[in-house]
Amino acid sequence: MLKIGDVLLVSIQVELEDQVVLELQDDLAARIVDSGASGVVIDITAVEIVDSFVGRMLATTAAISRMLDAQTVVVGMRPAVAITLVELGLSLGGVRTALTLEKGLEILARRDDSRPAQL
Amino acid sequence: MSGLAPVPDAEHESVPIGSNDDVVRARQLVRALAQQCKLSLVDQTKLVTAASELARNTLVYGGGGVMRVGLVRRDGRVGVTAVFEDSGPGIPDVDQALTDGWTSGGGLGLGLSGARRLVDDFTLQTEVGGGTQVAVTKWAR
Amino acid sequence: MTEQDIPARLVELLTAEQESLGAAWVEAVSRTLRGRISLAELDRELRELYAALVEGLRGGGLDWRGDAFGEVRALLAELSRTRARQGFTPTETATSVLAGKDVLAPSEDTSAGDVRAYLHLSKLIDALGLFTLEVYAKTREEIISAQAEQLMELSTPVVKLWEGVVAVPLVGTLDSARTQVVMEKLLQALVDTGSDQAIIDITGVPAVDTEVAQHLLKTVVAARLMGAECIISGIRPQIAQTIVALGIQFGDIVTKSSLADALKHALRRGDAAVVRPGGRA
Repeated sequence: MLKIGDVLLVSIQVELEDQVVLELQDDLAARIVDSGASGVVIDITAVEIVDSFVGRMLATTAAISRMLDAQTVVVGMRPAVAITLVELGLSLGGVRTALTLEKGLEILARRDDSRPAQL
Repeated sequence: MSGLAPVPDAEHESVPIGSNDDVVRARQLVRALAQQCKLSLVDQTKLVTAASELARNTLVYGGGGVMRVGLVRRDGRVGVTAVFEDSGPGIPDVDQALTDGWTSGGGLGLGLSGARRLVDDFTLQTEVGGGTQVAVTKWAR
Repeated sequence: MTEQDIPARLVELLTAEQESLGAAWVEAVSRTLRGRISLAELDRELRELYAALVEGLRGGGLDWRGDAFGEVRALLAELSRTRARQGFTPTETATSVLAGKDVLAPSEDTSAGDVRAYLHLSKLIDALGLFTLEVYAKTREEIISAQAEQLMELSTPVVKLWEGVVAVPLVGTLDSARTQVVMEKLLQALVDTGSDQAIIDITGVPAVDTEVAQHLLKTVVAARLMGAECIISGIRPQIAQTIVALGIQFGDIVTKSSLADALKHALRRGDAAVVRPGGRA
């Protein structure tokens, strides 16, 4: 887990075992609070399959982050993974997504900029 | 379990499914075979995802079991068949279990119905108190 | 002569005049092919087949499916594959084998036993002829499906229209398989070009059915999961009617009447995404 500015970057590199997925979810919540991060980018470029378990983790993580005042963006989903998720019937429940890490960071930066305006 | 499984006729491999590690191993084995029979990348991903759902079902709902996987041939086509078997409690209402959003175990309820959409052939045999067997096949295009 | 003796007698008959019978066979076939295969090639082909046939009869009797006829089947398969690829008709291909019957046909002074032997040989050659045709048909099918695949590749170009915008203009009837291929190519193009706007233009599509409409929808959802937005342009009135009549929900998917409008929309949206708030990023 890497921190760039006030964004936490989680890059998933290996095939995930269910237990690891759950630990990641816990770790991330703790890190958001510890670091006061306002955004989380989960990079799944290297992930070859997202099943309902991992999909649910992504959605849950986004929801938890939101409650901790951090926005989550999932980046780098492969086409085959996206097609499979649609067929599986999984929508990821409103998780923001972006094509690349760069675009993901852009989305989070924009949200930061607009924050004062909303107050 | 009664009834003959649509088992791969050629040589096939067996993996016990008793832990989270085994689910990962099952996925890897299915992927290797999917690549071997030249499924397209999307079809590979669909099949491996389906296998992942079913292996987890075997583990969580069936209390563990076994996966058998191998190449199959029919009408000049090649495919991969994976059979998941457990001797768990079985499924009392199959139609309900195949409905989107229905779950008995706190999941999203997409496991069975989702897996069925991801493959070409899907058969399910279950007996209350006698276990469950799910066989899926994906054919190379 | 008993049944068991027939193959032996046939071998005897065929080997006794192998040279002249083989030449007659080549001659008969070459007439039907009218010089589209060189005589030398045909001669080699058929004499090999002749020799294999004799060996088959010697080793396996009349059972053409058996191991002894492996060489015969291999040669016939090779022959019909070559013929199919070179564009010969099924008749021309089958004749290459069946002409063998005429060559070996009995004459008036053939003994009754030999006539019987011939009838068995005739049946055998018929079976081999059918086998040849089957391989021929299979080869043609392979050729057709390979061509269909090439056509599919050709007819679904994904183009980069602008920085950050890719488009796929679809032309002709969409079936489920083709739509799926297009969609996969489009999504891959998003990754390859780093585009987060995609336009699917269906101006050239005369009709869609439920399945195709569903594939279009799924593509839009998949693109969103990847972080990109799709616009569907060029929906004809009939197609709009079909989609509504089928009860398919296009929901919040952006549709535009023309590719130009879609591009304008994509650019505005892409721009807005990058520049907001307050001036260019």
